[in-house]
Amino acid sequence: MKEPLKLSRRGLLGLAGVGLAGAGLGAGIAVGVDGVTGGGIASRNAANDPPGLRYDFYGTHQAGITTPAQDRLHFAAFDVAPGTSRADLIELLQDWTVAAAAMTQGKELGEFGAGSANYDAPPEDTGEAVGLPVAGLTVTIGFGPTLFSSSTGEDRFGLLSRKPPELVNLPHFAADDLDPASSGGDLCIQACANDPQVAVHAIRNLTRIAFGRAVLKWSQLGYGRTSSTSTSQKTERNLFGFKDGTANIKNENASDVADFVWTASSPSSPWMAGGTYLVARRIRMTLETWDRASLREQERVTGRTKAEGAPLSGGTEFSETDFSATAADGSRAIDPQSHVAQAHASHNGGAKLLRRGYNFVDGNDALGRLNAGLFFISFQKSPEQFVTIQKNLAKNDALNEYLKHVGSGIFAIPPGAPVGSFIGSSLFLT
Amino acid sequence: MNFASLAKTLIVSTAATALALSLAGCVPNLRGTQTDAGNGPISVDSSADACSLSITSAPSGNIQFVITNSGSQVTEFYILANDGLRIVGEVENVGPGTTRDLVIQASPGTYYTVCKPGMVGTGIGNAAFTVTDSGTEIVRSADTQALIDTAATNYASYVRNEIDLLVAGTDAFAAAYVSGDFDGARTLYPSTRMHWERVETVAESFGDLDPKLDLREADLEEGQEWTGWHAIEKDLWPQNAESGFIAYNQTKRDHLAGLLVADTATLKTNVHTLTFTLPQLTNGAIGLLDEVATGKVTGEEEAWSHTDLWDFQANVDGALVLFGGVREVLLQKDPALAAQLDTEFSTLQGLLDGQRTESGFRLYTELGVAEVKALADQVNALGEPLNKLTAALVLK
Repeated sequence: MKEPLKLSRRGLLGLAGVGLAGAGLGAGIAVGVDGVTGGGIASRNAANDPPGLRYDFYGTHQAGITTPAQDRLHFAAFDVAPGTSRADLIELLQDWTVAAAAMTQGKELGEFGAGSANYDAPPEDTGEAVGLPVAGLTVTIGFGPTLFSSSTGEDRFGLLSRKPPELVNLPHFAADDLDPASSGGDLCIQACANDPQVAVHAIRNLTRIAFGRAVLKWSQLGYGRTSSTSTSQKTERNLFGFKDGTANIKNENASDVADFVWTASSPSSPWMAGGTYLVARRIRMTLETWDRASLREQERVTGRTKAEGAPLSGGTEFSETDFSATAADGSRAIDPQSHVAQAHASHNGGAKLLRRGYNFVDGNDALGRLNAGLFFISFQKSPEQFVTIQKNLAKNDALNEYLKHVGSGIFAIPPGAPVGSFIGSSLFLT
Repeated sequence: MNFASLAKTLIVSTAATALALSLAGCVPNLRGTQTDAGNGPISVDSSADACSLSITSAPSGNIQFVITNSGSQVTEFYILANDGLRIVGEVENVGPGTTRDLVIQASPGTYYTVCKPGMVGTGIGNAAFTVTDSGTEIVRSADTQALIDTAATNYASYVRNEIDLLVAGTDAFAAAYVSGDFDGARTLYPSTRMHWERVETVAESFGDLDPKLDLREADLEEGQEWTGWHAIEKDLWPQNAESGFIAYNQTKRDHLAGLLVADTATLKTNVHTLTFTLPQLTNGAIGLLDEVATGKVTGEEEAWSHTDLWDFQANVDGALVLFGGVREVLLQKDPALAAQLDTEFSTLQGLLDGQRTESGFRLYTELGVAEVKALADQVNALGEPLNKLTAALVLK
């Protein structure tokens, strides 16, 4: 088996490590290395087996997709800094891989970690996760359309010929009100954990490692999961107070995962085999208006009961929706305009998504309304699945009265990396 | 696995040249020398009457000590060179019951370790410490101390020169201001302040002078008298002040100008005898860039004149002088860090040059969001490696 990669000197610079003073060492290694020295990873805990739920970082697919959805999210989009070369970008992805692999296994970053080392240097690890359990941290890295070609069509990193035809900005959907400052990005990192500080620690340190190579464009905290991606999980509620994601793709359903999530090799982008596409949408909910709506109205636009989450056609939460069922007055039990009807695969040419959304509350706006909603994330083998469903929802979903899409991003999620390799190696090196 | 064989493994396992190059960032860590020998961090117990180490030898390279104070007085731990005098590494202010770490980079030879409970006297438990040859090459130069001494001397001269220019500029500025030549004062304001900003971290080391000369209105405490550059700035740019701001009367103007001149003269006297240590030089550079990151790139420093980019440039000038002074030393110890700092300084200067005008720089309020963001990103890009400077140089 290959050795895991080590942090590059620039990565270590980001971590402010002490283990990089030996320039003579770097020169002595003679692998065409230009003054590069490496650094190890310190263990967060005295024991090498930190407590808590842990997921492998290395593997066929990236973690954080079919992984049972953790409770907390910190999502970040980055732009590659001006002057960054293709080699710099590769090095950044290697550093991110090393650091993410370490953090997901509960290790502190750098040679000495958060609280040790040279007193004259900034600590290598920022330290706020010291003593916390690993909390099921996953780090998922993706590439935006602008990484492949700038808005003027420039081939920034020699990747244009490998750009998947599917990886283009999402079309404008009816009533979109997107803020460019919280949309798009060349790179993305999704950090999920059951402890919010663990997720924030991951994004913060990966951002630090990237300084000079990539800069944070926008980021979003999600404090509560709204989707379950495993049948072992109960369905959580969104800020409308309804169970969200009852009909989501679950990782136990191998055929759904194969049919709808993982991208197959294609002639134009063979490097995406085993990857997927991530769509992020910051959806503001006008909660004050929603909270004034009658229960009848809330259930009608949703198409499910509020308490149980059962379809209005009857049964319990996981009962099949019956769109032909009628109510006592002869009308459809499930309003054809309801969210559950409009979002259902049967109304969207069979398209399904793996959803991984999170509730957010970012303070309030100037009018005293909660700045709150759903940070929607979905994974799909092709963005077309999302586009089909969202085109339909934007036009027909009764829930739109209470929603506004204010941020958007699309990213190609490359396959996972084996130990010794790095996320994105299939794009850059094969 | 030793370094060379791992490197070979990486090469052999990667047929493509591109991959071999891309693995440039992937060599083993320096700590390998210590861990390969089976040694973890070395524990030091500093008690009232002993200074005991868990092991008294280590392979060359990075050596980590974990100092625990089991005594009742605040203690210190020193590693001395084989002359028993020169300090190779030290930890100060280790309180009773607390633990602190120290990392040194040591080449083979004999050293001495000593604890100093109570932080006075010659210390106790002075004992030899042997560093064996691990094969890790550590770059050293007999000239290093001479280079550092030169850097310190040159920097002291630089500071005195800048303060001399500050005094001359301040006198002219104050004269223009009290005589009612406000156009003249407004022209002199940013260019004179650059001399202050170039050596700001030194000026700030005189705790009482800095607030008298450079306090921003927002930093005032209740009841505190506001004096110095920014108090006059507001009076010179009243159209940018809050509505209802009343221009100062002549008495107040005379008072403020008089204090500015007198306090700047005191500063000149104080810096005359200053000398600098290596950490003061390197931390000065770091401090100046921190000033840029917190005050200048946000436009908070010059709330009314909006001449923040003059200050920005001056902070960068000062940081570059400090870096330039120790660059020769850094080239011996860590040429890659030196090269990166060269690049990042140059990129930042390029961005600043893009904002130059005939009279100096564009006003902060004339900058677009994207321009400010580009400057802030580059300050971060420079700041991360720059904050390594002290550690890279102070480690012996």
